[in-house]
Amino acid sequence: REYNRSFKYATNAIKTSKYNVLTFLPLNLFEQFQRIANAYFLVLLVLQVIPQISSLSWFTTVVPLIFVLTVTAAKDATDDLADLLLLSSSEPLNLVYIETAELDGSTNLKVRQALPVTGDLGDDIEKLADFNGEVRCEPPNNRLDRFTGTLAFAGQKYALDNEKILLRGCTLRNTEWCFGLVLFAGQETKLMQNCGKSTFKRTSVDRLMNVLVLCIFGFLVCMCTILAIGNYIWEINKGSNFTVFLPREDGNNAGFSAFLTFWSYVIILNTVVPISLYVSVEIIRLGNSFYIDWDRKMYHSHSDTPAEARTTTLNEELGQIKYIFSDKTGTLTQNIMIFNKCSINGKSYGKIKQNNHFIKQKDSVDFSFNPLADPRFVFYDHSLVEAVKLENPEVHAFFRLLALCHTVMAGEKKEGELFYQAQSPDEGALVTAARNFGFVFRSRTPDSISIVEMGKQRSYELLAILDFNNVRKRMSVIVRSPEGKLSLYCKGADTIIYERLHQSCSKLMDVTTEHLNEFAGEGLRTLALAYKDLDEEYFSQWKQRHHEASTALDDRESKLDELYEEIEKDLLLLGATAIEDKLQDGVPQTIEELSKADIKIWVLTGDKQETAENIGYSCNLLREEMNEVFIISGHSSDDVREELRNAQTSMKPNAAENPVILSEEAGEGVKLIKDEVVNGEYGLVINGHSLAFALERSMELDFLRTACMCKSVICCRVTPLQKAQVVELVKRYKRAVTLAIGDGANDVSMIKAAHIGVGISGQEGMQAVLSSDYSFAQFRFLQRLLLVHGRWSYLRMCKFLRYFFYKNFTFTFVHFWFAFFCGFSAQTVYDEWFITLYNLMYTALPVLGMSLFDQDVNDVWSFQHPQLYVPGQLNLYFSKKAFFKCAIHSCYSSLVLFFIPYAALHDTVRDDGKDMADYQSFALLTQTCLLFAVSIQLGLEMSYWTAVNTFFVLGSLVMYFVVTFTMYSNGMFLLLPSAFPFIGSARNSLNQPNVWLTIVLTSILCVLPVVTYRFLLIQLCPTINDKVPDQNQHAKATPPPPPRRARIRRSSTRRSGYAFSHAQGYGDLVTSGRFLRRPAISLSSGFSQVGRAATGFSPMGRSAGYSPTGRPQNLKVPDVEVTSLQMYRTITDPSL
Amino acid sequence: MVKEKKKSPDRPDNTAFTQQRLPAWQPILSAGIVIPGFVLIGLAFIGIGVGLFITSRDIQVLEMDYTGTEASSDCNKCAITNTKNCMCSLDFNISTLFKGPVFFYYGLTNYFQNHRRYGVSRDDSQLYGDLTNFKDPSTDCKPYRVDSNGKPIVPCGAVANSMFNDTFKLYQNVNGQRNLVPFDGKGIAWWTDYNVKFRNPSVEPLKNAFNDTVKPLFWTRAVYELDFSDPSNNGFLNQDFLVWMRRAALPNFRKLYRRITEGDYKEGLPAGNYTLEISYNYPVLRFDGRKKVVFSNVSWMGGKNDFLGIAYLVIGSLCVVMSMVMLIVYAKFKFPEDN
Repeated sequence: REYNRSFKYATNAIKTSKYNVLTFLPLNLFEQFQRIANAYFLVLLVLQVIPQISSLSWFTTVVPLIFVLTVTAAKDATDDLADLLLLSSSEPLNLVYIETAELDGSTNLKVRQALPVTGDLGDDIEKLADFNGEVRCEPPNNRLDRFTGTLAFAGQKYALDNEKILLRGCTLRNTEWCFGLVLFAGQETKLMQNCGKSTFKRTSVDRLMNVLVLCIFGFLVCMCTILAIGNYIWEINKGSNFTVFLPREDGNNAGFSAFLTFWSYVIILNTVVPISLYVSVEIIRLGNSFYIDWDRKMYHSHSDTPAEARTTTLNEELGQIKYIFSDKTGTLTQNIMIFNKCSINGKSYGKIKQNNHFIKQKDSVDFSFNPLADPRFVFYDHSLVEAVKLENPEVHAFFRLLALCHTVMAGEKKEGELFYQAQSPDEGALVTAARNFGFVFRSRTPDSISIVEMGKQRSYELLAILDFNNVRKRMSVIVRSPEGKLSLYCKGADTIIYERLHQSCSKLMDVTTEHLNEFAGEGLRTLALAYKDLDEEYFSQWKQRHHEASTALDDRESKLDELYEEIEKDLLLLGATAIEDKLQDGVPQTIEELSKADIKIWVLTGDKQETAENIGYSCNLLREEMNEVFIISGHSSDDVREELRNAQTSMKPNAAENPVILSEEAGEGVKLIKDEVVNGEYGLVINGHSLAFALERSMELDFLRTACMCKSVICCRVTPLQKAQVVELVKRYKRAVTLAIGDGANDVSMIKAAHIGVGISGQEGMQAVLSSDYSFAQFRFLQRLLLVHGRWSYLRMCKFLRYFFYKNFTFTFVHFWFAFFCGFSAQTVYDEWFITLYNLMYTALPVLGMSLFDQDVNDVWSFQHPQLYVPGQLNLYFSKKAFFKCAIHSCYSSLVLFFIPYAALHDTVRDDGKDMADYQSFALLTQTCLLFAVSIQLGLEMSYWTAVNTFFVLGSLVMYFVVTFTMYSNGMFLLLPSAFPFIGSARNSLNQPNVWLTIVLTSILCVLPVVTYRFLLIQLCPTINDKVPDQNQHAKATPPPPPRRARIRRSSTRRSGYAFSHAQGYGDLVTSGRFLRRPAISLSSGFSQVGRAATGFSPMGRSAGYSPTGRPQNLKVPDVEVTSLQMYRTITDPSL
Repeated sequence: MVKEKKKSPDRPDNTAFTQQRLPAWQPILSAGIVIPGFVLIGLAFIGIGVGLFITSRDIQVLEMDYTGTEASSDCNKCAITNTKNCMCSLDFNISTLFKGPVFFYYGLTNYFQNHRRYGVSRDDSQLYGDLTNFKDPSTDCKPYRVDSNGKPIVPCGAVANSMFNDTFKLYQNVNGQRNLVPFDGKGIAWWTDYNVKFRNPSVEPLKNAFNDTVKPLFWTRAVYELDFSDPSNNGFLNQDFLVWMRRAALPNFRKLYRRITEGDYKEGLPAGNYTLEISYNYPVLRFDGRKKVVFSNVSWMGGKNDFLGIAYLVIGSLCVVMSMVMLIVYAKFKFPEDN
């Protein structure tokens, strides 16, 4: 029974949870040593304590180890908070006001209340401490909105629910203090259960590093074995004869000596895997994460949202993205539909929006004549208003239709303050347009619709709704006007409507078709509108049959369809509407840039095919100049397979039957599919039901292969689970880094599945953001995140690792060479203090500086040349090969660093004839050479010398000399004679000209081959990475803004999607009167916050029934169980 | 777009640091830097190399082995018999003036003063005159910490124990007469060793400090009576002791024994015949070591070392050659003008 008492102050600081002051140190140390790396260093430390083995003083390991442990412990200590059971608070009735923005994104104040039985205890700590009850509660879980438990106290049981729980992550407001009982702490808290990664994400560099570290360990053992064997041979050949001056300890024969030597060398050579590596990597990642948080170019001023790196461990992976999986609604689009254009009776209205900057607010149409107009609606063609005011009958009929023929719900909080809830934003846009042009839909009952027509209230009797579905692609209403006239109003896809028009409108049809093509060419979503007046007699007879059909037990649907078909004919065309599915700013450019960087973008959307395709075109994902866009929409496994195969053969006629499997690792059965190159550009659109077949085991490779041949892929009507499956599929068979970006709860699964998840914040609820690794407000920031931050992070991390391994290998290998000259006795080459401080002080800051500031080219050039991103995808900067090169380079450098000082000091003396070839001088000379060589090497690596870098590099060298002269000074020796035996070496060596000549010689000799190699490489086979900085140098100024590709207006060969974005209409619901009134939501908050997720509306499972952990909790959402309609938002962006 | 609105606390700061716009120098390996750089470095190295080479060539060195493994050597008798205080001599001839000041070194080969266990076997606190370490030497000194009776050894440890104990006397043979060449044994150790690192305990007379201690096992005389001729040259401050205690970095080394700076030999050793009288004590045959003596003079760059000069010459020439190669490659491929 857990009974930790804790304080909770208004600052939300919790004192006790996992550790307290006394247990922190031992417990934390114990936990830390469970990490393998730390345990390894502990083993080293133990080895050093054994006198026979100890080749280094204990402090060489202890100092860095303590440093690392302190840093980690400090991190752990701040990380500790908990879930509390509220006991009492300062406020009346034991209320506590909290804000849960970190948990669910809502910024409203919420109230929590303590049980009266505990609340009476007040702030009396004694009483609280004496309070002796028992809490039984559910095991830790991730449900933020639920908690069940009981508190047993004095024989009574009290129920505990969510109202009495303070979750970790919430912030106290307006509350002075409160007492709580810790229920869950650490990883068990709901916050951690919720946003703690279900799978710990690691970067590919991480994984490679782990493999390399293992290799290095193997290599270390090899080196030590060689040296131990060397020692054995030496002991037998020389050591046994040298015993006069160097007797062995009792009982030590050559074999035992070799055994001890092995361990001694393990200690000395352990610097190949320095402890500071892991710390430095974390620091670099943290720094680069801060850059993302700080970036003003990823700050969205409109919603006041800065970008946020929620995970600090994945940065370099951002520079290696090969596949982006994007949600559509709310990610690519704003989920805002705008009534943009229309064609009424053969006349087209609506100006082409040339450029946002030039159309001022005042140019837009003034709707002040209409008190009920939505102030956010903007339209730029005055002639339409004029036509309305002139009471043009066709125009009036057009807007009357829009006001009547829909399934929108209206709400009116205050007189004149209307808001609409539409099942699709398109409908809402149309109804709002009608509203502004003087045909205001006011309210509806199951059998009537009241509208305000040009200021006059009129009520139409609603006789029937002929609902929308995917086959019909139209909807109609039959209404009786107040004058008693019966009319059928119909809107639907143009092709469908055209088939049902009366011959008399053929002329109008031609003109309207032209307009429709024009609209479609601009990527607008169109609908054709038509009406017909009905004969009273015919209708009552039809109504009778309709009633029979709708109550028929069998075959009801087809009977109804027949009836609908019958009445919806000989329609009279009114015109057409064009709605813009508003893309977020800069989406097409972003997608274009990203695809230039060879990143493949797959759109996974719940929308239907037409909509998705349409968006695909308008955001440059699909292009008219593509050779072909394949559409996979088979309804059976065989169909889908055949469609996929056909697509493959048309892209690559002579391709092999089976995908090329790159490698097959035995045991795990992991296959990797090779990227295949095809000529031309192709697109692929696949439907949800086909995708279900395509994702089956037997077909997934076919699907993946086809999809990867295409430039872009759109999957429509996919469920959240399928989104994750697609991501997993690519992850499984492609050695590529994936990124998923989305904004809604339905994207959570793919965000978690992908290597990197990005959440669009500020649009919907916080689920996507909470489970994401990075979040920002606009899709276009992705470009900057990847091409600038990602690329730099990757570059920096790779440079860091390469250099870090280089400097430590070089440092360590010198010991190896020296072993051959000191009888394999594990004698270090350098001073022990130098060994201790080398990684910690002399070389830490310069390399950190490089990995925090380095840029090959600045952000503008990075955008200019997206191809710079490609090396990251191919893992070119840090791979096994690069590591091997590093090792070879280190080997060379260490040979130079040992043998040049060796030869230079051999048998030589100072200029006053005194000794100089002594061990201490040699050590000093070698370590100084080493430090110069690695510093110069760093200078070569660094391509961006800021003042800080210069300061770090020069500062570290100065620091070296200062520290060295201090350590070797008289004072330090007098203080501790045994710790500072190098007294005087610095003074006696560094005043010798040949010492400095040796330093210069080694430095130059270490660097020359590298410079030569790189220079020749740049000349002989320059890569993009060599060319761009060079151009940069030549240009000096910032590059001219990249020529924006003019949006190629699509020829009207294809018809754009019709503007119904939902699957099935809700006519039944509307007429049945079962619809629920949503609790009134104020317009101000509702429009800014309530999105799809918040209303819980889910025509295709977009948000409902989905847990953030990626496990669908309730996949089957029956269509009838719709509890509310979608909140419709008009234009919320006043800047437009 | 929208004009900058009121300051928001969430809006990131617009500083060069946070926006990663710090001004920076961005060097690249362009031909304009690399090729002239190579030429310059090459020429400079060749210049230095020539200077070093000439300097080193002018330094005179005379090195003679006296291990005595060959039967013809006079020291052969001492080498094989291992008798105490064995004296042998080495005759040699100097054809031209050996310019002074001449330094006289002894050298050992195959001798692992850089062995870890050898190196740590000393007690720096004891050598600094700390009397507590006289009574209880550091455990580092094992196995030369105490003698078989448990008495502490001062100076303890393998380094001190193995101190080189051959002594030399140099005579010039002039007309059948043997003129002693005066040796100067002062100031042959590092100033810091003599003045800071080593110190005799401040006990008068020095001998008393060593009560209840024993001399190192291999030593014939205690540390406070190493030099009878000069009382101040005793104890830990004995110059030969100091030189020996500064252990060599490599298995083949030479250590300064004496300088020839006085009297008739101030200007150097004139041409003629010389005899070196050696008191042969130090055993090296067991571990295949060699013993030698070296006469040398020095220059500004220290003792004779041809390596540095040659290395500079070679690297310098390589630089120049490489710059030519680079120039050819650059002219042929001429990136980056072509795009």
